[in-house]
Amino acid sequence: MYTIGYYPGCSLTGSAKEFDKSLRKICDLLGIKLVEIEDWNCCGATSAHATNHLLSVSLPLLNIKKAYKQGITKILAPCAACYNRLVTAQYELTKNNLVKRELSEFLENDYNSIKVINIIEFFQEIIKEGILDKKVVSLKGLKVACYYGCLLLRPKEIVDFDDSEQPSSMEEIIKITDATPVDWNYKIECCGASHSIAHKDIVVDLIGKILGDAQKHFADIMVVACPMCHSNLDMRQLELRKNDGYKSIPIIYLTELIGLSLGLSPEELGINLHFIESRLVFEKYFSKVEVQL
Amino acid sequence: MKIGVFVCHCGENIGKTVDCPRAAQESAKIPGVVISVDNKYTCSDPGQNMIKNAIKEYNLDGVVVASCSPHMHEKTFRKAVASVGMNPYMCEIANIREQCSWVHDDVEEATKKAIDLIRIAVEKVKRNFALTPIKVPVTKRALVIGGGISGIQSALDIANAGYEVVLVEKEPSIGGHMSQLSETFPTLDCSQCILTPRMVEVYQHPKIKLLTYSEVEKVEGFIGNFKVTIKKKPRYVDETKCTGCGLCTQKCPIKKAPNEFEQGMIKRTAIYVPFPQAVPNIPVIDNTVCTYFRTGKCQMCVKVCGKEAIDFNQKERFVVEEVGAIIVATGYSLYKIDKKPKDSPIKGYGEYGYGMYPDVIDGLQFERLASASGPTAGEIKRPSDKKEPKKVVFIQCVGSRDESKGFSYCSKICCMYTAKHAMLYKHKVHDGEAYVFYMDIRSGGKMYEEFVRRAIEEDDVKYIRGRVSRIYEDGGKYIVKGEDTIAGIPVEIDADMVVLATAIVAQNDSKKLAQTIGIPYDKYGFLNEVHPKLRPVESSTAGVYLAGACQAPRDIPESVAMASAAASKALVLFGSDMLEREPTIAKVNEATCAGCFYCQKVCAYNAIEKKEIKDRNGNFVKYVAYVNPGLCQGCGTCNATCPSKSVELIGYTDEQIFAEINALAIL
Repeated sequence: MYTIGYYPGCSLTGSAKEFDKSLRKICDLLGIKLVEIEDWNCCGATSAHATNHLLSVSLPLLNIKKAYKQGITKILAPCAACYNRLVTAQYELTKNNLVKRELSEFLENDYNSIKVINIIEFFQEIIKEGILDKKVVSLKGLKVACYYGCLLLRPKEIVDFDDSEQPSSMEEIIKITDATPVDWNYKIECCGASHSIAHKDIVVDLIGKILGDAQKHFADIMVVACPMCHSNLDMRQLELRKNDGYKSIPIIYLTELIGLSLGLSPEELGINLHFIESRLVFEKYFSKVEVQL
Repeated sequence: MKIGVFVCHCGENIGKTVDCPRAAQESAKIPGVVISVDNKYTCSDPGQNMIKNAIKEYNLDGVVVASCSPHMHEKTFRKAVASVGMNPYMCEIANIREQCSWVHDDVEEATKKAIDLIRIAVEKVKRNFALTPIKVPVTKRALVIGGGISGIQSALDIANAGYEVVLVEKEPSIGGHMSQLSETFPTLDCSQCILTPRMVEVYQHPKIKLLTYSEVEKVEGFIGNFKVTIKKKPRYVDETKCTGCGLCTQKCPIKKAPNEFEQGMIKRTAIYVPFPQAVPNIPVIDNTVCTYFRTGKCQMCVKVCGKEAIDFNQKERFVVEEVGAIIVATGYSLYKIDKKPKDSPIKGYGEYGYGMYPDVIDGLQFERLASASGPTAGEIKRPSDKKEPKKVVFIQCVGSRDESKGFSYCSKICCMYTAKHAMLYKHKVHDGEAYVFYMDIRSGGKMYEEFVRRAIEEDDVKYIRGRVSRIYEDGGKYIVKGEDTIAGIPVEIDADMVVLATAIVAQNDSKKLAQTIGIPYDKYGFLNEVHPKLRPVESSTAGVYLAGACQAPRDIPESVAMASAAASKALVLFGSDMLEREPTIAKVNEATCAGCFYCQKVCAYNAIEKKEIKDRNGNFVKYVAYVNPGLCQGCGTCNATCPSKSVELIGYTDEQIFAEINALAIL
């Protein structure tokens, strides 16, 4: 049985719980065991690294330390920000002597032996191992815009799993669903991130450009792998929808798209929890599910 | 032993800080010193005469001059003592200027130190012995590697001085990058028009042996006496029979191979001449695409050739040339930015879409577009749809001055050629708009700044200071997103074509070649000169000289100047029949050498060889290290490394060095 350590982080228990839900559903279906890190704590995103550099490194390392004690050798961190914090802390540990010295007492073991992977790497791996090889529903004809955002790809010295300027790993993965990835230009442009709270106008402007380019390239749907991107693109799209004639574009998680192709229903995957309705897009595929079942 | 000590004041330089008369008095007390005097300027004529007279008068057999650094005047004083019959290596310098008076203030302490330094030198002189310079014969022929403008210039200079030159070029034709250029800055004269006459001159010169489509395989020997093995790659065309009529290239049915000379923008045939003005005008068969080599059929070229020049059975040939000097002029290549090279520190520029968008091209591709002999006959047309671009964006420093993605160095020529490109574009497309994104404009050179100003002021090229973050295609236009750092605003330009001034990088095989010849290179693969200011065209291996962009990014005038300088260095060497070299080199004690060859591993000059020791019956006894006196530079690394103390540096033996140290210890 394929077993992997699991670090959900705060988003996946709150605003992005459908990300968590869909991931768990897929894992149940494929026989993958997610071992949640016991008593996991904050990854240090935003608030910690805006406060104190050492704190922003120690918090993720504390999580890795807890995982180490549980005998976990590989951690899946689906949230892009969590992933970024965890690998950055590991990187700092090898490159920054100051951090190393300050944390020497706290560090009892070699925590860099534990590999931290993001959701894209997770799918790459289970496809390579032959665990994810079947599909129940073919999503043929569905045009998908894969949106990467920033945290999965940058800084490239630290998160070097795909080209930071012309990424293509998500497109490779969604090919197994038979969906067609569209070639578009705003894959890695900024979504506005935390400005969503204090400067909503900036975010609406930025996502307007992103969504506009996806629609210009005839995308039916946009796939993301980051809770922050998702909430901005999904929730703030409501503002854009106020404009006359605006055609909305559903935003779903990579896990949800894979889940659909595995025959799971939108409700099971939590797709019904999104702000932007996607039933119309998926309608023709659901009927097929019923036929096959 | 009778030793004379001469303490120099060097005017105020030494005299101000060191009490020279007292130093001379104290030095006179050192055992062995028979005369010790001070002098205002020892290097002057009267100063030198004083030494000469003292040698005669006191019958001296050793001299210590306490003065400036031996780098400055060791040669002067050794020449002086030699003129009155003393062996020059019996004269030593005690450096009491750079290492004493210039770095101290306290007269008392400095004087004491000066006396110590003199005592050290005296002790060394006592253990010096007469040495004679090593003489090696000089083969008065030169090898020039690389047939670009630098190699051509070097070859012509040496050949015109009356010495033979072997010119090796790895491509089928000489000419190099300069033959690809349209016009040259800052005069806008046609590159080919000024280059091709020189190419022809090389071909016709009786003193130049031209080996194209050839590579240097092995270099043995040392200054004045190199033995070079050159690999001649098979052309599959007999150079002696071919007349260059061109029928074979017209009839060849394979027409889909990318044309290297046109930077892949058009196709060529399998049997081809790289470009119409190629020298020699003899075709070559690309055996990776030729139907005959792939399937054994076709032979169209054989059928049409009236001279029976096609020879599919040609094999690699090796020729050995003996030369006295080597000039390396292997040039540069352009940084390819389309793909992120695996396992490379260079991360590429995926955001510019080079290799993905057909109308995002590099500087050399633009040169071909602008060239009258290029694929569009000099009309500016974008590669995708052959339409005239009305808005062109030029981006400088793509890979240069960018530590995170490319290289930290400045490629030097891009500011100038980008100004030239923009200007050429404006001259050809009058209603077009040209934008240049730059970091700084570096236009140092005669008439260079004026040239750039002309582009801006007369040709209305719009310069924007800032970097471009992204380029993407949108409805046939290329959206260039950048920043104007002077206005402090983001800019977006909907361009029809984008030209990237990509960095100059070392040839990808430059490190291999450097290792073959035995010359050092920097972390980028550029070849290293001995001294960046005073010996810019010499490599640290004697007899090997550098010219052009193989050493660092260079423009044409600089390359030509370097090439002539390198040629003159070779000619200096050819000026004498025998070469005198310093006798202070390493020597192996064959009795104690255990043959571990640690010395061979540390030697930077490949000077250590294996030597077989046989007994009197001719039976093999052991291998020992042997120092090639032609290559050894006397650095002493082997001396320090040898575990059994079997290597001595002549003139700096352990005994001499220990005596110097002991001279200090007796205080």
